[in-house]
Amino acid sequence: MAVPPLLFPVALMLVNSAGLEPSTMLPGFPTDSFLAFALAVPFIQGALFATMNAGTDLARDIQTGFLNRLSLTSLRGSSLLAGLLSGIVVLGLIQAAFYVVVGVFCGVRFASGPGGVLVLLLFSMLICLGFGALGSFLALRTGSGEAVQGMFPLLFVFLFISSMNTPRDLIAVDWFRFLASINPVSYLIECVRSLIITGWDAKALALGFGVAVVIAAVSLCLASWALRRRMTRT
Amino acid sequence: MGAQTEDDANVRVWEVARGVAWRTLHNVLTTPALLVPGLLFPLFFFTAFAGGLSQVSEVPGFDYEGDYTSFQFVFVLLQSAAFGGVFTGFGIARDFEGGFGRRLLLASPNRLGILVGYGLAALGRWAITATMLTIVAVVAGMQVGGRPVDVVGLYTLAVLVNVAALCWAAGLALRFRTIQIGPVMQMPVFLLLFFAPVYVPLDLLSGWIAAVARFNPVTYLLEAGRSLISGVPTEVALAFGLGFCLIAVFAVWAVRGLRRAEIAG
Repeated sequence: MAVPPLLFPVALMLVNSAGLEPSTMLPGFPTDSFLAFALAVPFIQGALFATMNAGTDLARDIQTGFLNRLSLTSLRGSSLLAGLLSGIVVLGLIQAAFYVVVGVFCGVRFASGPGGVLVLLLFSMLICLGFGALGSFLALRTGSGEAVQGMFPLLFVFLFISSMNTPRDLIAVDWFRFLASINPVSYLIECVRSLIITGWDAKALALGFGVAVVIAAVSLCLASWALRRRMTRT
Repeated sequence: MGAQTEDDANVRVWEVARGVAWRTLHNVLTTPALLVPGLLFPLFFFTAFAGGLSQVSEVPGFDYEGDYTSFQFVFVLLQSAAFGGVFTGFGIARDFEGGFGRRLLLASPNRLGILVGYGLAALGRWAITATMLTIVAVVAGMQVGGRPVDVVGLYTLAVLVNVAALCWAAGLALRFRTIQIGPVMQMPVFLLLFFAPVYVPLDLLSGWIAAVARFNPVTYLLEAGRSLISGVPTEVALAFGLGFCLIAVFAVWAVRGLRRAEIAG
């Protein structure tokens, strides 16, 4: 369960960055290394895996009746959710550290320095918390691991219809640029990317952290509400 | 008398093939969880690549004759053909895991018909995806520089990819007879596709990916497909030759897999 979120995003990044390296020759491209540009993507992709992990685990507990048995004990719902999400956040931290090490090993230099790497790790934990809570919400509402897995392609759409492969100002197709601009995932990617290739970009950081906090807050509220309903029903 | 026996054998192959193909297609078309991902993923890749990366065609040295939409259309068409075959392989594994495959082996007067049937189903399944993809590409304003015969050539290449992928997946499904073999079916196909010049022409690739792409048969299928749709056919014979070679190799692999399934009973 822990290995695919580590390896798959890195493999996709290496293949994509090799194929898209010529993009760096475009006028206005922000860096001469596509790998540095693409390194932001695994952080977000890893968080999407957090959604699946959290959701699938909880759905399995629901399907096997474990949650029903838990609801007969004095365990508080908030403790259950906190325990589940703590695990996801720690996994997110390990993933992020792994991506940083891979990046450094491949020759990427972080423009924001060691402080930026710390901020990056913190940001990764925050988005894993948000996406993990979202996965928990989906599991609690559907009660089915298959249904949670079925949401994965939809989450992938958000990733692909974003600025993951091209800076937004270099996207030539208007409708795609529009979709990328209203897609919150673009701002998460750009926040990570700014720390890697720009340095300290207040606007990108504010937008990224703002979007991440909103996703986390909304997802946590939804997950808590769904858990209350699930515990009441059982 | 000998000719009569041969005719009977052919009739039996087609009877079995028709039955298996109908059942497989019916399953796919009436189960949204099987149908929808196969339809949506290619459209989604096409949208993301053709829409989000169109500026890549402005890179110095990008010498493709057509527009970037058609450049990516060919990749996604071949990708959908390959995955049409692989997804049908999932169905074969499921059939054999659940015991239906064993009943199929017992009931079939000519077991090669089972493989042919799954092959027809893979083609039928991909035909639906290819039709949707083509409509979306045309609506998106894709430029087609090739003559009708070139376009037919492109779709024929995709058919070869579909058959080869089906044979590869069927060989694994019949050997292991469990859906758990799914990632092994899928991953090499995914890697072969992405180790080709997906985003830029071969000449613009550099580093390890350029070295790998030059040894990857998908590269030549892709380049020939792109040359056909842009109306400047190049290395088409090589691509067709590679396509038929892939089918020949994987057909042997699939038939031997069928024999393994027969022996396993």
